Amino acid sequence: MGKTHKTASKAYKSRQRSFHIMLLAPCVVLFIFNYLPIFGLVMAFQNFQPGLGFLKSEWVGLKNFETLMKLPNFLPALRNTLVIAVGKIIGNLIIPIIFALMLNEVRNKWFKKTAQTITYLPYFLSWIVLSGIFINFLSQGSTQSDTGFLNTVLMNLGLTRTPIDFLGDKNLFPWTMIFTDVWKNFGYNAIVYLAALTGIDPSLYEAAAIDGAGRWKQTIHVTLPGIAPIIVLMTVLSIGNILNAGFDQIFNMYSASVYATGDIIDTLVYRLGMVNQQYSLSAAVGFFKSLVSGILIIVSYKLAEKFAGYQVF
Amino acid sequence: MNKIKVSPARRAFIICNYILIALFMLICLVPILNVLAQSFSSSHAIMTNQVTLFPVEFTTSAYSYVMKDSRFWTAALVSLKRVLIGVPFNMLMTILAAYPLSKSDHTFRARKFYSAYFVFLMIFNGGLIPTYVVVSKLGLIDSIWALILPCGVPIFNVILMMNFFRGIPEALEESAMLDGASQWQILFKIYLPLSKPSLATVTLFSLINHWNSWFDGLIYSNFTYNYPLQSFLQTMVVDINSVLQSGDLSQIVELLSVNNTNMKAAQIFLSIIPLMVIYPFCQKYFTAGLTLGSVKG
Repeated sequence: MGKTHKTASKAYKSRQRSFHIMLLAPCVVLFIFNYLPIFGLVMAFQNFQPGLGFLKSEWVGLKNFETLMKLPNFLPALRNTLVIAVGKIIGNLIIPIIFALMLNEVRNKWFKKTAQTITYLPYFLSWIVLSGIFINFLSQGSTQSDTGFLNTVLMNLGLTRTPIDFLGDKNLFPWTMIFTDVWKNFGYNAIVYLAALTGIDPSLYEAAAIDGAGRWKQTIHVTLPGIAPIIVLMTVLSIGNILNAGFDQIFNMYSASVYATGDIIDTLVYRLGMVNQQYSLSAAVGFFKSLVSGILIIVSYKLAEKFAGYQVF
Repeated sequence: MNKIKVSPARRAFIICNYILIALFMLICLVPILNVLAQSFSSSHAIMTNQVTLFPVEFTTSAYSYVMKDSRFWTAALVSLKRVLIGVPFNMLMTILAAYPLSKSDHTFRARKFYSAYFVFLMIFNGGLIPTYVVVSKLGLIDSIWALILPCGVPIFNVILMMNFFRGIPEALEESAMLDGASQWQILFKIYLPLSKPSLATVTLFSLINHWNSWFDGLIYSNFTYNYPLQSFLQTMVVDINSVLQSGDLSQIVELLSVNNTNMKAAQIFLSIIPLMVIYPFCQKYFTAGLTLGSVKG
């Protein structure tokens, strides 16, 4: 008995040791490339000089944040970020649900599979590729020859007389960003809802049909309640993205003429830091974003746990 | 059910539904097909705005022009190198982190501490500038490792793998332990062979991520010959202003030439060939991955 106990405890110890060794390399990589930059956010409180580094640069307290508030670009960028991000969150919630409900009614397997294959496709293409495509496709064109396909079609249908400047008009730009983002993601986002739809117990539909519920009523009373938990979960988790308006997309499609409505926090950080070399000011914007996003993510995880029993880790 | 007659209203609904879904498909395809058609059309056809969804005056000259460009191939090689090193590195890190984290708090005493270490990074990040400073202080600028190490441990993939490992019966591990197997043997000889579908999913996520990344290539390289393909495309296809500002006369002339539209289109489509080749075969794994990650138990 004693001997078995001893070997068991030895095996136990070696098992714990193996776990620690396995986690060593991932933790070191994360420490260097993820934790050090978080500590590096102290530069938001410094007058950071690349030559001096984090440790020797001069401390300036909240001065960078004061400058930030006086910066004419900051508050508009914050507002633009919220507008575009909220638009995307709503679009990326509603369209995939509708699409999943529609696909769920399709009985022809071949058609369903083709529809999925085609609508997932844009999700896997980078915003570089898609920006290249959209800049061409949505082009207003200076002459008739380089008018994009969409404007050509709209004009031929008589829907507009002059080509629309989807990417250069500051009133349209946020909409263009929201639409192209939903375009890229709706097929892939529908997967989650489709999975939830297939999980609904078929006997519920039979019972509803016996009670005289038509297709429409079945959708309202069986289907929607069936996928409600996943809808709540996805909504709640999207709260954490409220300051993510999509850097990759906007950076590649915006121009100075739409800064008023299209400049977002991330593009501002880029221009301040990488282009103007105002490292500390840029880090202050980044610090602000990281802090607010972090709080929102914690809130969203807590809500997800409370309402959907979802645990991230 | 199958003997009940389909009512006319139901039939009308079914037809409308098919048409609407077809419309969704069309909306997804039209922008891509239009630009694809341009890449195979003559510059004359593009200039006179004749190209719709099919090539006009079919030619592959744009493609052969791009294929002769050594800069394109240099960038493609950087991308290839990045994938060949980056994907195995991601996989190793993902597996090594996911296996211990998949154990219960009881089996792995320090699990709580480690999971907090990972979760914290899902909540907070240092952002662009501090990360750039760290990478540059480490002397990684213009090195392939700047494209691999900062995204070396993909936490989303760790969670996917961890959830999958949790589905493997504990009894397997216990019986292997009684036979004297070490944790390393259990991981590599028992868990991994049982996890092929989710390994495929995670490998694909990592591959797509490495192939599509462009921003890190742009900021962590001083020299354009270190750009991976997507960063190269960013400067060639999307970011026209930087070329105009650079004052490089030959590039500006090239940019303004009529050939430019179909050349840009050709570069875009050449860059996605690898993804298009694997896409039809791997689609089911992406689906599996997403549902595994977000809908649990």
